[in-house]
Amino acid sequence: MSSEVRFTDFKSDKQPTWCPGCGDFGTMNGMMKALAETGNDPDNTFIVAGIGCSGKIGTYMHSYALHGVHGRALPVGIGVKLANPDLEVMVAGGDGDGYSIGAGHFIHAVRRNVDMTYVVMDNRIYGLTKGQASPTSREDFQTATTPKGPNQPPVNPLALALAAGGTFIAQSFSSDSQRHTELVKRAIEHDGFGFVNVYSPCVTFNNVDTYDYFRDSIVDLSETDHDPTDYDDAKRKILDLDKEYMGVIYQHDESVPYGRREGLSESMADIPDGAPDGATDLVREFY
Amino acid sequence: MPEDLNWAIGGEAGDGIDSTGKIFAQALSRAGRHVFTSKDFASRIRGGYTAYKVRTSVDRVDSVVDRLDILIALTERTIDENLDELHDGSVIIYDDERTTMQDVNIPEGMIGLPVPLKRLAEEAGGAIMRNVVALGAACAVAGFPIENLDEALEKRFGDKGRAIVENNEEAARLGQEYVAEEYDYDFGYELECTDADYVLLNGDEAIGMGAIAAGCRFYAGYPITPATDVMEYLTGRIDQFGGKVVQAEDELAAINMALGAARAGARAMTATSGPGIDLMTETFGLVATSETPLVICDVMRSGPSTGMPTKQEQGDLDQLLYGGHGEVPRFVVAPTTIAECFWKTVEAFNLAEKYQLPVYLTSDLSLAVTEQTFPPEEFDMDAVEVDRGKVVDESGIESWLDDKGRFQPHYPAEDGISPRAFPGTTDGAHMTTGLEHDSLGRRTEDAEVRVEQVDKRARKVETARREETWDYREFGDPDADTLVLSWGSNEGAMREALAFLDEKGIDVRFVSVPYLYPRPDLTPEVDDAETVIVVECNATGQFADLVEHDTLTRVERVNKYTGVRFKADELASEIEQKLAESPEVQA
Ligand SMILES: Cc1ncc(C[n+]2csc(CCOP(=O)(O)OP(=O)(O)O)c2C)c(N)n1
Ligand code: SF4
Repeated sequence: MSSEVRFTDFKSDKQPTWCPGCGDFGTMNGMMKALAETGNDPDNTFIVAGIGCSGKIGTYMHSYALHGVHGRALPVGIGVKLANPDLEVMVAGGDGDGYSIGAGHFIHAVRRNVDMTYVVMDNRIYGLTKGQASPTSREDFQTATTPKGPNQPPVNPLALALAAGGTFIAQSFSSDSQRHTELVKRAIEHDGFGFVNVYSPCVTFNNVDTYDYFRDSIVDLSETDHDPTDYDDAKRKILDLDKEYMGVIYQHDESVPYGRREGLSESMADIPDGAPDGATDLVREFY
Repeated sequence: MPEDLNWAIGGEAGDGIDSTGKIFAQALSRAGRHVFTSKDFASRIRGGYTAYKVRTSVDRVDSVVDRLDILIALTERTIDENLDELHDGSVIIYDDERTTMQDVNIPEGMIGLPVPLKRLAEEAGGAIMRNVVALGAACAVAGFPIENLDEALEKRFGDKGRAIVENNEEAARLGQEYVAEEYDYDFGYELECTDADYVLLNGDEAIGMGAIAAGCRFYAGYPITPATDVMEYLTGRIDQFGGKVVQAEDELAAINMALGAARAGARAMTATSGPGIDLMTETFGLVATSETPLVICDVMRSGPSTGMPTKQEQGDLDQLLYGGHGEVPRFVVAPTTIAECFWKTVEAFNLAEKYQLPVYLTSDLSLAVTEQTFPPEEFDMDAVEVDRGKVVDESGIESWLDDKGRFQPHYPAEDGISPRAFPGTTDGAHMTTGLEHDSLGRRTEDAEVRVEQVDKRARKVETARREETWDYREFGDPDADTLVLSWGSNEGAMREALAFLDEKGIDVRFVSVPYLYPRPDLTPEVDDAETVIVVECNATGQFADLVEHDTLTRVERVNKYTGVRFKADELASEIEQKLAESPEVQA
């Protein structure tokens, strides 16, 4: 790869099959731009994609990538990054992938604070399986499997992240290309687990959480005096269910990523063609 | 049959049984004696009882037997639990000043040896050393020079300071002297010491050491008996070789982390037991279809479900061979001894990388908790070879790009093996997926490509069948009419059973199989035999089914599923009995 990386270098020659107007187009574009603008190229980037419409992103982007099992993208990303800290690792998936089947991994990935980026394409619906309620669906959102609505409150992923000790918590909107790109960039640059929940509307199955809805209700924190390093202020905003905030809501400015805490800095890929030096000492220990 | 002594210490969990037993085993090993240990965890009656057993001889010992010569009983129940193994003349050491032990009933014919363990320990510096007093007493009974304990005590207590070590040495001597003075009796034992140097280790440790030797750098796991020792062994040690152990939130995460590390180019592994294998099965197909090399270790315990977590069983074979939806190429390797746990781990990594697929490495509880002595040469690090298979770097990548310059991670090569480019390799960027994919790793449902990829993955296995040796280990009389087959950890007990059978004039050919898939074709061996007996620790005879399937011949089955491994003498009589029932022999 030449040193002049353009964001289109991250595009594969596979044409997306998302529905026209799907929020995932904008989410992906912003990710590609953010990767290029932070000095990465496809050969040093590893994308892990979940399962869902959103998970198809691994196919439409060009980089090293694994499209894995539903809900398990985060642990794969953690393994990649710890085994080779030189790689730029980005994990992407849907709200079902991340907050339902993969919810346990989400909490523990936040806690572990590995230096990687997690982009959740939150459309408040299961897109790929054609429109069932997701964990972020509204309490009264009617679907084929929830005729009266889920009848339980949606999860608040930002609150989960904060409670789990998150060090970078942001929210963006796929159609605000500039702000979205900038927020993903900041997540990449963050020393630790950069989490961005992206409102990424499903135009086919969700007629409530639409572009119009988000456009009307989003409050851009960059237009306020919000200080993301102020934990209490971040907590108030995250627990304020009446508003949809966009921006970096919380960032811990002294975050030390897990790999660095554990002294991991070298790729684990290079090994000798026999037992490593000092292996015989392991046998001696058993005398 | 080795001239052996069988010794045990038993009491309540928390009595320091394990560490006391380990000190004795270590002392015997340092004195140049062979050792084979076993542990009793839970009870036939109720929870809490635990015992550490040591069988020792100057000759190699590979099994436990149904006989106990010297027992240190910290509780009365310890005696009850071992009534089957105790015999006329067995010595039982106990503390008759302990309130619960005052009215202990020593079974007729056995020698009860009351020793004031607590009082003597206090004399040496603290009641906590009462087990060491008992060790000293046992040395007196066994005719084992007390100095041999010192090195083992140093190893155990050295980090607590010289004074503590010396107190323990004193405690041992008080125990020994007490027996020597109070009981003017020749117990008939005289444990000979030799100049041999042995190492003493268990199967989990051997797997962990094998992993480091093979260049494994990444381990992710979730604690579970009896696999946890693999993880604990690697923790702190693998770091010295540039590696890392990660305790994941569950087995789903563990296997996915290991998968990620493997995709990044590291040799990676995870280890678990049955319940964890169930969870990992979710991702197993992804590992196989993305053609990622991964070693997944299943240290089997009794199932199904939570089963009997501290009990022996070889019940997972079918799961390892067939688990997971769809048709998943895999290898299944089952080391048959503790030393083989080391070598088969090394081999598992090479197989995984050469053929780019998941390898199940399966041992079991009896290998995991047994400590056995070996000459250190059996773990010759210079003999370890690392073969990473078809890895391409910048210089070689060109020839694996398609006409549009794209790397082909699933190129349908003639031998089925595609190139691997580690992330970071210039021009190697590629994806892969659990969806069926083309040679570029992209999703497809094209019938032709689907068939091409399925065939390609199957071809790898065929190549491996051809290129690798899938042999077995053989013991006994190669011309015998009776063929005994087993897999995994039964080898030790069966090897010793051969000697018992030989004494009765029964000739047996014993074939011990470490490869379950691919596996050796046993048709000629089975055809040559008059009676074929398959020995395994499960109820249904999963390996016996395989043998019948492969050889189209009915076999006799010896199955044990009590949760306790085979003992050499017991196994010998089972086989003798089978032969007596067998129609071929009667005819
Ligand atoms: C183990 C498993 N269960 C169920 C499915 C079916 N499935 C595929 S995607 C999906 C949900 C997708 O929702 P979300 O993560 O929100 O992504 P979206 O399609 O909306 O982008 C489900 C249930 C599966 N692939 N694997
Ligand atoms: S179904 Fe919804 S989420 Fe899926 S591609 Fe169409 S618009 Fe996007």
